[in-house]
Amino acid sequence: MNDHIYDFSQLTRHIDESLRAAMSPTWAVVVELVIIGLVFLTFYALLGLFLVYAERKVCALMQNRIGPNRVGKWGLLQTIADLLKLLTKELVYIERADKFLFNLAPFIVIIASFMAIAAIPFAKGLQAIDLNIGIFYIIAVTSVGVIGILIGGWASNSKYSLIGAMRSGAQVISYELSVGLSLLSVVIFSGSMQLSEIIRSQADGWWIFKGHIPAFIAFLIYLVAATAEINRGPFDLAEAESELTAGFHTEYSGIKFAFFFLAEYINMFIVASIATTMFLGGWLPLHIDHWAAFNRVMDYIPSIVWFFAKTFFIIYVIMWFKWTFPRLRIDQLLTLEWKYLLPLNLINTIVIAFIVMMGWHF
Amino acid sequence: MSAENLVLFFIVGVFLVASGIAVAYLIAPRSTNRQKHEPYECGIPTEGPTWIQFRVGYYLFAIIYLVFDVETVFLYPWGVVMRSIGLRAFIEILIFFVILGLGLFYAWKKGALKWV
Repeated sequence: MNDHIYDFSQLTRHIDESLRAAMSPTWAVVVELVIIGLVFLTFYALLGLFLVYAERKVCALMQNRIGPNRVGKWGLLQTIADLLKLLTKELVYIERADKFLFNLAPFIVIIASFMAIAAIPFAKGLQAIDLNIGIFYIIAVTSVGVIGILIGGWASNSKYSLIGAMRSGAQVISYELSVGLSLLSVVIFSGSMQLSEIIRSQADGWWIFKGHIPAFIAFLIYLVAATAEINRGPFDLAEAESELTAGFHTEYSGIKFAFFFLAEYINMFIVASIATTMFLGGWLPLHIDHWAAFNRVMDYIPSIVWFFAKTFFIIYVIMWFKWTFPRLRIDQLLTLEWKYLLPLNLINTIVIAFIVMMGWHF
Repeated sequence: MSAENLVLFFIVGVFLVASGIAVAYLIAPRSTNRQKHEPYECGIPTEGPTWIQFRVGYYLFAIIYLVFDVETVFLYPWGVVMRSIGLRAFIEILIFFVILGLGLFYAWKKGALKWV
């Protein structure tokens, strides 16, 4: 009924038309590309800074502390101060390192996360590139990030870095399977890999509700596997501070270290937004059958608010994991994936295929 | 926007890292001494080469991963058409899964999933 309010495609169309009226088509495209680039760059940087701040506040909450509260109101400017400090730090290089690969690694890590963010639907009509293989593309691109970690750890010529990188490689590729298979369940349900299409298929109910228990199991497996894939606690073996000093980025200093840190937090946002889009209905509001008044009230909340509320809830859960569970050993980590999650996931996929074939989902 | 514009995101990503490093290069202090460019190892000189043969366990898992990842890639197109094809797609993928499950079971019994 109120499909038109908060639709970002009107805004973008308006900008597009006014630009085309003002200048030649070629220049209009160039200006649009520059605008999109700048918007995403700003969003990326601010999101990274905010997530680091949120992590410290959540950690403080879990440990009954106050957390950062000196710089700015509620310590909001703390991470900006940290960034400025990191910018002014010397970039130490290692004499015997492979310098080319050592400098290449931050580029790969950042580019992988930046390209993944291009395909995420933030709100109605607010998606940079709506690929027809959207979810497949995101899985493919995010898994490139681990190559940056491996290169960085190997090129440092430091033993801590090498061990961290190797662990990270084994861990990320193992959990990649569970991520792929649990997202496959939603692809089977909705019959499409296009993210906008997947969201549209959830208009009458999110897949986590519509898909019965198997969809819920897939969601839980995805949460665990995604936490492991972004190298976060309790799966943060790659940078286990207490045994490897800092893991794969031990030898990185200043802004290069900051890029690894930034990419890690953006990756957390990416997996949370994928969980939101695939299982929790993306930017769609919460609707309950036959509660017409409730549904109308929910419709008035902008879609971008819905998207970020769901995403930050998932992010909060992932942070909660980190500050609750102790770190796993590598053999426990691989056992969990190969002997529990993977067989469970295969069986779950068959059950979902069966449900879809019989038409038992709503 | 169409898929070609992914190049834009690639370029912006490169720009972000390059500009960050450029700014740091301009304003960060520089000093040098011999110890500074040593790999970090709790303050003592590093012992022996780092780039050595690494333990084979990681390699084994990478090989098993390769098998299952190709399978996941194969399953995605099937997932898209599963709904429209119905029973035939289900039976075919069941056969596929049995073969895969046997593969996993074989690797398990062979002890390939054990961290040695």
